[in-house]
Amino acid sequence: MRIFVCIKQVPDTETKIKLNASQDGIDESGIKWILNPYDEYAVEEALNLKAAEADSTVTVVSMGPKKRVVDSMRTALAMGADDGIVVDCEQEFDSATAAVTIAKVLKDEGSIGMIFTGMTAIDKNAGIFNEQLAEHLNLAHTNVVTKFSKTGDTCSVERSVEGGTTEVLELKTPAVVGATKGLNTPRYASLPGIMKAKKKPIKEIAFSDLGFSDTQKVKYINYQMPPEKPPVKMIEGDVAVQAKELASLLKNEAKVL
Amino acid sequence: MAKVLVFCEYNDGKVKNGTLELLSAAQSSGADVTALVLGSTAESVVEQLGHYGAKNVYLCSSADLDSYNPELYTEVTCSALNKAQVDIVLASSSQMGRDLFARVGARLNTGIVSDCTELSLQGDSVKVRKPLYSGKCSAEAEFLNSPTKIVLMRQNQLPIGTPDASASVEVHNLEAPKAATHTTIKEVVRGAMKRLDLTEANIIISGGRGMKDADGFKILEEAADVLGASVGASRAVVDSGWVPHSMQVGQTGKTVAPTLYIACGISGAIQHLAGMSGSKVIVAINKDPEAPIFQKATYGIVGDVFEVLPKLTEELKSVLQ
Ligand SMILES: Cc1cc2nc3c(=O)[nH]c(=O)nc-3n(C[C@H](O)[C@H](O)[C@H](O)COP(=O)(O)OP(=O)(O)OC[C@H]3O[C@@H](n4cnc5c(N)ncnc54)[C@H](O)[C@@H]3O)c2cc1C
Repeated sequence: MRIFVCIKQVPDTETKIKLNASQDGIDESGIKWILNPYDEYAVEEALNLKAAEADSTVTVVSMGPKKRVVDSMRTALAMGADDGIVVDCEQEFDSATAAVTIAKVLKDEGSIGMIFTGMTAIDKNAGIFNEQLAEHLNLAHTNVVTKFSKTGDTCSVERSVEGGTTEVLELKTPAVVGATKGLNTPRYASLPGIMKAKKKPIKEIAFSDLGFSDTQKVKYINYQMPPEKPPVKMIEGDVAVQAKELASLLKNEAKVL
Repeated sequence: MAKVLVFCEYNDGKVKNGTLELLSAAQSSGADVTALVLGSTAESVVEQLGHYGAKNVYLCSSADLDSYNPELYTEVTCSALNKAQVDIVLASSSQMGRDLFARVGARLNTGIVSDCTELSLQGDSVKVRKPLYSGKCSAEAEFLNSPTKIVLMRQNQLPIGTPDASASVEVHNLEAPKAATHTTIKEVVRGAMKRLDLTEANIIISGGRGMKDADGFKILEEAADVLGASVGASRAVVDSGWVPHSMQVGQTGKTVAPTLYIACGISGAIQHLAGMSGSKVIVAINKDPEAPIFQKATYGIVGDVFEVLPKLTEELKSVLQ
């Protein structure tokens, strides 16, 4: 069975974000790029499934500027994935474009056993790629998954939704499953794993060769930094005074009670 | 005049506040407002939808829609949109909203923007803004190649209008969806939570490692009872197993934007701030005057949370009387 994991490269959570001069994006110089944290759960789950089903392979798929995206792909390969596919694309693209593009790439690969994604990419936080990919492939999907098991041609997934509610679903496979925290504990890449990853094959496809146009549905413009916030008002005095003062400020000044 | 469809989320015969916010925004812009509501008890909320501005309500009361099945919901929603022919769709950026409209957007080949925090409707145009890079900046989203513009709004961002009890609605029944072929709901285990979900709460009081242990959360619960608040947590305490992951606020937890967020014994790591910096008023209680949370706070108290919070709860009780 061929298991696919769709991954994205995003700025490190600690990275400082600055806007570019034309305010239509961020200044990418000096940014440290990492594998999207949710995608680590997706890779881990794919590797677990590979271990459970004989004759399986794990292929990681990504889209973006090849020269840096390959770094995150090596992280996944070092964790144990077998090979990779990069759709090289220099320009900005949105989730809708990524979904139609990756759907085409996967269709061209032939038989799909299972597809994992992260719940959302923490950069633009659209959180719609999983569902859109499934739609284009005419497969079932579930996102925000915290438990997964597969038997024959169905899989059972648990997802947690608002209010602490858990839903248990059964999907016909292949299906597109979006991983979140709680699903597993992603392994660290071992040193031999990292060495091996360097030699694992990565197939390159140029986005421009796929012949898509008008796939972009959303474009981000007029970027802004968050508004300056007034300095914090520290409340002094002994505990009794502080508590009284704060309650009164919340009621009379902030008017939030 | 723009035609707007609002997707209705409801619970126990009550339309959720997030939906009321959207209806109010659509109505006050002068748009022609339609609502879509699904499930066997959908009928029970039709009147409310009318009172908050819907002129038309598309309704499918099939019991197959009582639990969210992406396959069935996508089919019914697409059929409603094909009938209603609206310019703009508004829904909450809830888990259901995202899951459903992502798929709907792909099927109808149209654009969707999720997690928006600003919305302005004027005539036929819609302007939205959303936080990017965990709230480190924001941007306006422009729709391209999109016959229908789908906007998913974070809850608690917009005012709710005054209901008009004399308003009437026209109901359009939708056909029940065909049986699902790929997706079966096996079980829905309702949470035992007595409080609103964090993403819907107007007031949140959160605890971090400074609460010492799971028992320490008791004083947060007491404060929450007084405030009618929901209780959140940092990842450090979720990872320690003191509270479930559904209570985690932050980059790998929930993104919240309540009117009031009270952070107790939370240092204010960037990944925590990512989930709550959109809150209108932030209170920080921490014994370390250098804790980064104070840089984001509106009001701060340096002190031991076990001394400060019980006192604060008492004071809140008295100002709320
Ligand atoms: C990829 C990634 C994703 C992450 N996602 C999240 C996320 O979603 N949410 C999240 O919260 N974190 C997240 N983190 C973790 C984050 O970096 C911090 O480790 C975490 O937020 C710290 O939690 P804390 O503030 O409770 O604990 P600490 O940082 O240990 O802070 C405890 C605070 O309590 C104070 N304190 C102690 N005792 C008392 C007392 N008696 N009275 C008052 N104050 C007291 C201390 O002064 C200190 O400031 C993520 C990290 C990574 C790398």
